[in-house]
Formats: sequence, structure tokens, C-alpha cells
Amino acid sequence: MKGSLIILSFFVLGLILGLTRFLPVSLLESDFSIYALYLLMFLVGIGIGTDRSSWKVIREINIKIVLVPISVIVGSLLGVSAFSALLSDISIGEAMAVGAGFGYYSLSSVMITEFHSDTLGVIALLSNIIREILTLLVTPLFVKYFGKLAGIASGGATAMDTTLPIIVRYSGKEYAIIAVFSGIVLTILVPVIVPLILEFL
Amino acid sequence: MLTDIIIVLAIMILGIGIGLIIGNKPKIIKIIGALTSFSIFLLLFILGIGVGTNDKIINNLHSIGIQALILTIGAVLGSLICAYFTYNLFFKKK
Repeated sequence: MKGSLIILSFFVLGLILGLTRFLPVSLLESDFSIYALYLLMFLVGIGIGTDRSSWKVIREINIKIVLVPISVIVGSLLGVSAFSALLSDISIGEAMAVGAGFGYYSLSSVMITEFHSDTLGVIALLSNIIREILTLLVTPLFVKYFGKLAGIASGGATAMDTTLPIIVRYSGKEYAIIAVFSGIVLTILVPVIVPLILEFL
Repeated sequence: MLTDIIIVLAIMILGIGIGLIIGNKPKIIKIIGALTSFSIFLLLFILGIGVGTNDKIINNLHSIGIQALILTIGAVLGSLICAYFTYNLFFKKK
């Protein structure tokens, strides 16, 4: 939650500077942001590689648990596809790219901005932040009506960190390892699935 | 665009490889974490500037917010329904 507020405040700061035309436009027309994205991806990769506990969790997992992130992927993509029918401005492919953020708003919005458009990038940023907030607020009800995997499913990629405490509280300690596993898998898959959807749909 | 995507994924895989070689060095991991946050802040800041100078987005901010909300409801509801079946078929202790 604190993290999303900090990130939002950087976005808003940029927004205000943009609105007031405080900065020279030439800054935007350069390729600066793609190089910043390259740097980010490199760092994200190192982060994944050095995270020994993640690799350990993945190695010790049984096959049944793999079904959890698969459920989140299939459910998210089918859900956004169905609901995109309500939105005349958004194609199914665009909706799926937003849905494939799985709550990982920083990386998904940056990639969508770079590979598609600023407009869809903003939609991805807002949508995936709302996903995290919704999970933090409504997990008790989700668990009541959809079973003990509900918080993990709703949290998506955030189930490994920001929404983990609330998930453990309402589904029980035995679901912590499943939440971390599902969150790790989805976090690793976001930078793979989002650009693939943008390229082929 | 496809080449951009391949470059991005290749860079990430290179990073994973280097990360595996670096291994468990808390000092380096902390620096990497800080740099990651910094580049995310920078990119979101740039996105903010792009949005602020884009009249098309600013004039439609209201509808963009509603679109984001509807897509979120779709994604969460779809995930919940799939998780419901996965839970009842494979996880629920009878």
C-alpha cells in the first residue's frame, strides 16, 4: 500500500509537470524511456536470479500447486475479455494486456506504455493498482464465497508480498507457501505474457 | 516492435543469469532493490509527464478510470471463479 502511494506520487508529480508544460517537450521525444525500461528489466532479472528463497520455493512445490497461478492466468484473461465487451474503446487484445498485469502495476504499465500507448498504459496502471487495493479490502468476503484460494487469485502477482499478510490471515498459514509460489510465478510471467499479447492480439 | 520485445526479454534473462552467479550477497541485493525502485519511479514519472502533455488522455481521464475499474472487476471475478473450481476440485479437504 505504501509502495503504491509512492509510485502514484511520482506519476502524479510527472503529470503536474506535464500539465503545466514545465519541462521541455524534447525530453519526451527522445528514446530515453526505452533505455530506462532496458535498465529496469535487467535489474528485475538480477532480482529474480539472486532471490534464492524463490528458487527454493519453486523446487519444493508439488504439481497441484501449479494449478493456482494457472487459474489466475486463465481467469484473469477470460474475465477481462468478457468485460471488454462493455467497453467500445478497448479491443480484446488490449483488455488482455491490461489483465495480464495480474496486479504488477509498475512493470505492466511501463511495458504497455512503451509497446502500445500512453492511454492503455494509464489504464493498466490504474486497473492493476485497483486490483491490489480491492484484494486488501475485500479478501475476507472473497474467501467466504469463493474458497480459500480466493485471496491468492485476487491478489495475483502481489500475493507474494503486499497482499500476503491479508491472505494468510483469512485463508490460514498453510496457504502462505501457495500464495508466495503463485505470486512468484505470475511476477516472472508478467514481462513475458504482456508483450506477447500486445504483439499477437 | 517484436525486436524490442525480444531485446527486453533477452536483457531480463541476462539479468537472471547474472543474478544466479551473484547469488546470496545481501549488500548487492539491497543495492539492486534500490536501483529497481529508482528506475520504476523514473519510468512512472516519465509516464506522468507523457500523460500530462497528452490532451487526449487528460480530457478523457474520467472514462479511462471507469474502463480501468471495469477491466479490474473482470480480471478479479474471472480469477475468483477459476480459483473456486480449483479449490473445490483439488484443495478442499473432505
